Amino acid sequence: MTEHVHRDDFGSRLGMWLFLVTEMVLFGGLFIAYSAMRHRYPMEFHQAGAELNATLGIINTVVLLTSSLTVVLSIVAMQRGDKKRTIGFLSSTLVLGLVFLIIKAFEWSAKFHHGLYPNAPHLATLPPGEQVFFGLYFSMTGLHGLHIVAGMGVLAWVLYMVIQNQVRADRYVHLENAGLYWHLVDVIWIFLLPLFYLAA
Amino acid sequence: MDAHTTSEAQAHPGYGTFIKVWVVLLLLTGTLVGLSHVGQTAAVWGLLTLTPLKAGLVFYFFMHLKYEGPLLKAVVLVTLGTLLIFFALLFSDVAFR
Repeated sequence: MTEHVHRDDFGSRLGMWLFLVTEMVLFGGLFIAYSAMRHRYPMEFHQAGAELNATLGIINTVVLLTSSLTVVLSIVAMQRGDKKRTIGFLSSTLVLGLVFLIIKAFEWSAKFHHGLYPNAPHLATLPPGEQVFFGLYFSMTGLHGLHIVAGMGVLAWVLYMVIQNQVRADRYVHLENAGLYWHLVDVIWIFLLPLFYLAA
Repeated sequence: MDAHTTSEAQAHPGYGTFIKVWVVLLLLTGTLVGLSHVGQTAAVWGLLTLTPLKAGLVFYFFMHLKYEGPLLKAVVLVTLGTLLIFFALLFSDVAFR
């Protein structure tokens, strides 16, 4: 008698997608708040947007898009049973995630240096519209940054499972679900770039 | 479920498909940045058209929605539709104040 192993990969992916739609609604609410505030303070958003470093925002976009590519390529490699390449692509994703966070740290520390941080005395002297802009900027890029950290943790865990052969060519739904999460984090950044960095 | 798994296995795309999508995503990002330098109107149109297009490409190819059945597609569309309704409701309020 063969051992029955209960397994439903589609159900796993459906569960992941249901979680992802809650994330979409979470960020969607913030995007709607942004739109309402930009409608109310168009000039202030334009001026505050000029304070942001668009080049760093664009570089980080390229970094995240590339990290999304390496995740999806790791799944292709896994489907072909190429463990070495799967590990290589996943490691590249983790490195790119780290590069994103380092660039973000430089960007934020420059803002802090200029007295732009939540509840800063200098921020309080700015027009209300610019205060709202920076409030949304720190909330949304900060929440996104936390998602990057969480995504890196999940991908590192999956990488460990790949190395241990717990995730392999005939059983890789963990890798697919971790990839789905990482792609959603990428999609959110796709919206953050024009809303903040290209707002000026 | 077996039939689904088999058809899914046949539909696995190769490295090239995703690299092409990545190149298109980079080109769209370049266009978006270029439009933001043209003027405010061009920047807003770029934001409203190219950004959802980029997100759509990630959803459809990178997140494998292209290769999934109607249920997962419906889950995503219903969510996006709900957000759009909230967006429309909010602007029907703020636009006429």
